[in-house]
Amino acid sequence: MSEWETVIGLEIHAQLATRSKIFSGSATAYGAPPNTQADLVDLGYPGVLPVLNGEAVRMVVKLGLAIDARIAPLSVFARKNYFYPDLPKGYQISQYELPVVARGTLEIVLEDGTVKRIGITRAHLEEDAGKSLHEGLPGVTGIDLNRAGTPLVEIVSEPDMRSAKEAVAYMKKMHTLVRYLEICDGNMQEGSFRCDANVSVRPRGAQKFGTRAEIKNLNSFRFVERAINFEVARQVELLESGRAVVQETRLYDPDKGETRSMRSKEEANDYRYFPDPDLLPLKVDAALIESVRATLPELPDQKAARFASQYGLSAYDAGVLTASRELAAYYEEAVRAAPEDPKLAANWVMGDLAAALNKEGLEVGAAKISAPRLGELLRRMHDGTISGKIAKEVFELMWSQGSSADAVIAAQGLRQITDSDAIARVIDEVMAKNPAQLADYRAGKDKLFGFFVGQVMKATGGKANPAQLNELLRKKLPG
Amino acid sequence: MRTLTQLADGLRRRSFSSVELVGALLARIEKSQPALNAFISVAAAEALEAARAADRTLAAGGGGPLTGVPIAHKDIFCTAGMRTTCGSRMLDNFVSPYDATVVARLKRAGALLLAKTNMDEFAMGSSNENSFYGPVRNPWNPQMVPGGSSGGSAAAVAARLVPGATGTDTGGSIRQPAALCGITGMKPTYGRVSRYGMIAFASSLDQGGTLTASAADAALMLREMAGFDPRDSTSVDAPVPDYVAAIEEPITGLRIGLLAEFFDKGLDAENERCVREALRVLEGLGARVSQVSLPNLPMSVPVYYVVAPAEASSNLARYDGVRFGHRCENPRDLTDMYRRSRGEGFGAEVKRRIMTGTYVLSAGYYDAYYLKAQRVRALINADFVRAFQSVDVLIGPTTPTPAFPIGAKTADPITMYLNDIYTIGANLAGLPAISVPCGFAAGLPVGLQIVGPHFSEARVLAAAHAFQRTTDWHTRVPVGYA
Repeated sequence: MSEWETVIGLEIHAQLATRSKIFSGSATAYGAPPNTQADLVDLGYPGVLPVLNGEAVRMVVKLGLAIDARIAPLSVFARKNYFYPDLPKGYQISQYELPVVARGTLEIVLEDGTVKRIGITRAHLEEDAGKSLHEGLPGVTGIDLNRAGTPLVEIVSEPDMRSAKEAVAYMKKMHTLVRYLEICDGNMQEGSFRCDANVSVRPRGAQKFGTRAEIKNLNSFRFVERAINFEVARQVELLESGRAVVQETRLYDPDKGETRSMRSKEEANDYRYFPDPDLLPLKVDAALIESVRATLPELPDQKAARFASQYGLSAYDAGVLTASRELAAYYEEAVRAAPEDPKLAANWVMGDLAAALNKEGLEVGAAKISAPRLGELLRRMHDGTISGKIAKEVFELMWSQGSSADAVIAAQGLRQITDSDAIARVIDEVMAKNPAQLADYRAGKDKLFGFFVGQVMKATGGKANPAQLNELLRKKLPG
Repeated sequence: MRTLTQLADGLRRRSFSSVELVGALLARIEKSQPALNAFISVAAAEALEAARAADRTLAAGGGGPLTGVPIAHKDIFCTAGMRTTCGSRMLDNFVSPYDATVVARLKRAGALLLAKTNMDEFAMGSSNENSFYGPVRNPWNPQMVPGGSSGGSAAAVAARLVPGATGTDTGGSIRQPAALCGITGMKPTYGRVSRYGMIAFASSLDQGGTLTASAADAALMLREMAGFDPRDSTSVDAPVPDYVAAIEEPITGLRIGLLAEFFDKGLDAENERCVREALRVLEGLGARVSQVSLPNLPMSVPVYYVVAPAEASSNLARYDGVRFGHRCENPRDLTDMYRRSRGEGFGAEVKRRIMTGTYVLSAGYYDAYYLKAQRVRALINADFVRAFQSVDVLIGPTTPTPAFPIGAKTADPITMYLNDIYTIGANLAGLPAISVPCGFAAGLPVGLQIVGPHFSEARVLAAAHAFQRTTDWHTRVPVGYA
């Protein structure tokens, strides 16, 4: 065990899935031609004023309720002042001293199965900035303000994580949660869900935190893990060689797999935060909280607990199946179609289905086998029409042809042979063809049992009912 | 020249046409401009076009309360398709793509936009000497300042170049020039008039209002301007009374509090004499005068010069040369573009306030300046609340002195800032306040200030109107502008 302990806190930025921006009526859709979704408010024109989007407030309250946090009856929007070309007003409207959500928790499951509570310091509303464009614009910088004013919730954790793996588990859990709540599409490639990681190390057992570095703008789980691991190694190396860690902001370069300094504490901006006089304090009353509470879905932890008890699944399986609302819904629909064996359904959803989706880079919603059809396949296994082995073949054909299980079984003649006489006839033929092996088996080479199973399966195209085959072989082989 | 109310009536009765009126005023404006410099832009062709349309509407028996009446907007209000400079080189080339809510509402009421008035750059100033377009001169004496920052609007109305103009008041920018130019200047309650499209100086203090010849005209104009605007989160969703009807309310029994703190050593003896005489007139009308003390009020100037620059330093950050406004020639890099665009675009007083504001919001100074100023602001507010438990309105002088010579105070910003010592309190507390002419000191107008509780515009206007029904100071017109 290393003598250094890693301490990590994450600031997650999740883009809220509102139709319009947080302080203007412009659309928030991704990918529009530059500057076509920016009105005068987003452009920071002289005289314009911000008006808060009530939907964004409902969404952040929803998050607050889901992480069991305190919802502030009164919170304040503040201006964070700095100059940058893609920041039209010269300040970002955010929340500073009085955030709308404070003191929440989120539970993660560690590798050894133990549950760890991660504290959430605060979550607040803010607007996103625009984008500076350099590609294809030699000598100039382009500004696209489509993203300016997009509503974000910034979720700040306590420094409760002790490894990159824990940080990733926390980020994944939050990613699951915001999608369950339907407050964020979770699209990391488009930047809808990203984080800054505060990383420090300290001698194991020390009370005081080490000096931290903040790694900005990590937009994939893999980058979070790699950037933190690199940063921890860098800091440990510094400390072990008697040098000090400098408080600074760092950037992760995914191509080189390293972090590098962006600006030191001394160079940090003085943001001159002060309450935005254009916006009244945000009031969230009990009626609003209750009306939002009424819209809360079954949360990931609740759903996982229910899956475990209702379907007899392990905690691990229940966790995997509830990682997204869509996957959980798919599983439950498949189980409704084949209620006899929920465990079998779980294995298939997490196994063959997940593999097929992965291979083609598809989300579960785009699966080429619908949940009821997967249920039908499971039922054909359960009722003995096909074996598990054949089922894999059927699954592949269902996936590639878009057909139902029964159609594939009929078309390919894959129906299992359950007629004992038929199986016995094949066994007799196999025994007749392989006298040497038969003699060896009878002389005590028990391992050859599998050889005979294989030969019969080969002769039947894998369709012989495995249980019946085993039973008949045990009777016939000894002679 | 008649008042706004009379002109609106005359147009409705078709005693004269809007085209005739606009033509006559355009001639007066053209003639006055070299002497007064009250305007930055004149929309002659557009106004005549609008006048013709107004005449057709009136001929058909239609129209709103101000149909065909020409007015001017302070050049801080955004006007669609027309240059909106805010008195700054920074916005010399800025043509607004939209109308401010105030502009749209007055247009809807039938008013015609004749011209945009000169002003201190970004409304920062008390003398109108801080305009990129040159100083405005006081029609009563061209050697004197008209006051500021709505100096162009005040001079234009005083010289009867327009019957009414909009203004904005952050620390006295409507009332002080109104006092110095001998006209009526009304600053409504904070939140009464939408700030949407009114270029921000200090957002928690800025409030649009009117500069007119009389309180009756102010009532008419304000009635059309005021009201909730969903585009301004700080505008208040409360019904707007019919001020025109409300001002006829007699003031018998009105409890007037005389602001003790305003009768200090800084108050010019002649100004004091005029104000005390005005009080006797009001007493004669049945008002009861008592002395009221607001002990924290003397701190209003230092509080203001922390809060207003702090907000301004942030509000003016958007003028960066990126999307609109002045951009320097051939910037070397981003920092060079920021430095030179802002360095060239802003004048000295604007830069001074941006620097002051940046300083008071900086890490390590925020608590000592900004936060403390906000706490004192709350105390001043509480003083007013307490005072209004025993009186209906507070009365005092609008300014310590009459208009001063151009150039007299430009070297010393603090002396200049003290000009707003009596007006700033109403801004810090968000109260409605009016300045009405109440006499002359050495041939220059003196203003009487009436301050009321939040949303008591009707009462404040009624007191002013009652005073104007028994006095004729507001009817006096400077020589050469009759």
